Amino acid sequence: MSNKILIPTPLRPYTDKRDSVEVEGRTVGELLGVLTSRHEGLRRHLFTDEGRLRNFVNVYVNDEDIRYLQKEQTPVQPGDVVSIVPSVAGGVDAETVDALPELTNEEIRRYSRHLLLPEVGMEGQRRLKAARVLCIGAGGLGSPVGMYLAAAGVGTLGLVDFDTVEFSNLQRQILHTTHEVGRSKLESATRRLNALNPGVRIETHEVALSSANALSILEQYDYVVDGTDNFPTRYLVNDACVLLGKPNMYGSVFRFEGQASVFAMREGPCYRCLYPEPPPPGLVPSCAEGGVLGVLPGVIGTIQAIETIKLIIGAGSPLVGRVLLFDALAMRLREVKLRKDPDCPVCGTRPTIHELIDYEQFCGVSREPVAVSEHDMTPRELEVWLNEGAQPLLLDVREPQEYAINRIPGAFLIPMSDLPRRVGELDAGRPTVVYCKVGERSARAVQLLRGLGFRDVRNLTGGVRRWVEEIDPSQPSY
Amino acid sequence: MGADRARAGAADYATDARTVVVPTGVAEAIRRHAAEAYPDECCGALFGNDAVITEMLRLPNVTDEGPRRRFRVLPADYRAAEAYAGEIGAELTGFYHSHPDHPARPSRYDLEHAWPSFVYLIVSVQKGEPGDMTSWRLREDRSAFEADVLRIQGSGIRNWESGETASVPES
Repeated sequence: MSNKILIPTPLRPYTDKRDSVEVEGRTVGELLGVLTSRHEGLRRHLFTDEGRLRNFVNVYVNDEDIRYLQKEQTPVQPGDVVSIVPSVAGGVDAETVDALPELTNEEIRRYSRHLLLPEVGMEGQRRLKAARVLCIGAGGLGSPVGMYLAAAGVGTLGLVDFDTVEFSNLQRQILHTTHEVGRSKLESATRRLNALNPGVRIETHEVALSSANALSILEQYDYVVDGTDNFPTRYLVNDACVLLGKPNMYGSVFRFEGQASVFAMREGPCYRCLYPEPPPPGLVPSCAEGGVLGVLPGVIGTIQAIETIKLIIGAGSPLVGRVLLFDALAMRLREVKLRKDPDCPVCGTRPTIHELIDYEQFCGVSREPVAVSEHDMTPRELEVWLNEGAQPLLLDVREPQEYAINRIPGAFLIPMSDLPRRVGELDAGRPTVVYCKVGERSARAVQLLRGLGFRDVRNLTGGVRRWVEEIDPSQPSY
Repeated sequence: MGADRARAGAADYATDARTVVVPTGVAEAIRRHAAEAYPDECCGALFGNDAVITEMLRLPNVTDEGPRRRFRVLPADYRAAEAYAGEIGAELTGFYHSHPDHPARPSRYDLEHAWPSFVYLIVSVQKGEPGDMTSWRLREDRSAFEADVLRIQGSGIRNWESGETASVPES
């Protein structure tokens, strides 16, 4: 059995003007091997001197790009049609180098280890100097991203954040030092990055990124690095990058696992192609709820920094159409293919989203504090009630490792995830006060229990954190 | 003027230069496209037989590297262009693109991405005004481009720098 290979116009002089050739083989690689041995003139146009398929040669099996299959190892079945489709590209280059900023002698010393790499060289380093990169978030991911991009000589680094440095940040956010606790993250980051490399211009945007300001901030930059820690902002950054045509270096971390990819490249997928919908609110805990290994954002943020630099200097294969999954406990790095979804509402063939939307609403979360209801009880009210001799069940719905840090004396632990299964252990008639760390998980627990017929169930507002703050400061907080 | 310069360029670079014939209307349409796309690069397909161009087709520039200095044609658009060539009974003879604020000379990047036998037309656009137009062919060993002799042919040859049209006998 043989397969038909369709030959594009510019290669037909090598195939006796034929627009298709029949060859035999089990894989695309074998077919191309037979083709080029039969029509020798094709070889140098299809393959590099090292024998790799040139990156502007697209090969399709039927209508599938082999980059998304098994590349040259893609098997072919009898009747499959293989097409060679040229990527036609060009543009000015040598001339535009003249427009790039020159390097000073001091910069040449500083970046000499880059300059020795043929993929970077003087031209690449000048491209880095000319580049404008925006890092959203100066936290766990933003720390390695900011430090490595500043060290690498990215000329302008924009930072978006509005938080202050907290003690609990220092375990992973290596931009900030103990000395800076309580101060603005952006001021702290600027001091650190200026000390590392005074040649880098740091531009700070001390705002909460929102649909109202995202486009005007992002459009000032060429590349965007997503170091956000919540779903609404992640969808916001994704959509803004697609709408503006800015590459989006995506990374996320949770506990011992992380992900990275490059989104919003013209032909590549976006975050919505990976996750069309956000998870139901509360299903995926944040790092503040679920914890994160401090080194993990170091690994993922470093990957984001590498991808940024590769795009700037135009070297290598960008992490487009692929998602890296890193598991620190298993110490395993996996790669999954991700295709552009033609039905994607923002980057598909018929997009339905043409402007930024309300991402809080889209993700089902509210910036407003949970409304105080009759089911709520403040720590002070609880203390008074207990002192009056009441004996409610104190139900702690946090995880055991949180319970080990601090607790209200006498509390009974059933983690939220186990609650539906273990609800039989509770007495529906007994007054119950539910708490967690800050009052969100416990609010869901109250809802669940009331739905199951528990009549006297209350939520401790502000959780154990507020209890410790107001009632029992001798206990640690986290 | 543009055609003259291309001829002079050809003499400098090639010994057995190919002659590429472009009708005035097609050349004008390419320059118009280049001016409209400025400061971005434009690109499009050329159709005809051998090196005689009869038609052009604008294509979207889908580069990821910044349209001010790069262009790229989507593989799907390439396939559509070949299909279109079949429909009009012509061949896909090559592509054109613009060099905003840069001379109409192929870059190293153009060379690295070039396909054999194609006509590569480059039009320079200076501060929004279309200028020189040149035509190039990849050398068989991929080491360089050979300049073609570009003949813009029609009822008149336009003097692109002054914008005037001088009537000359058709060649």
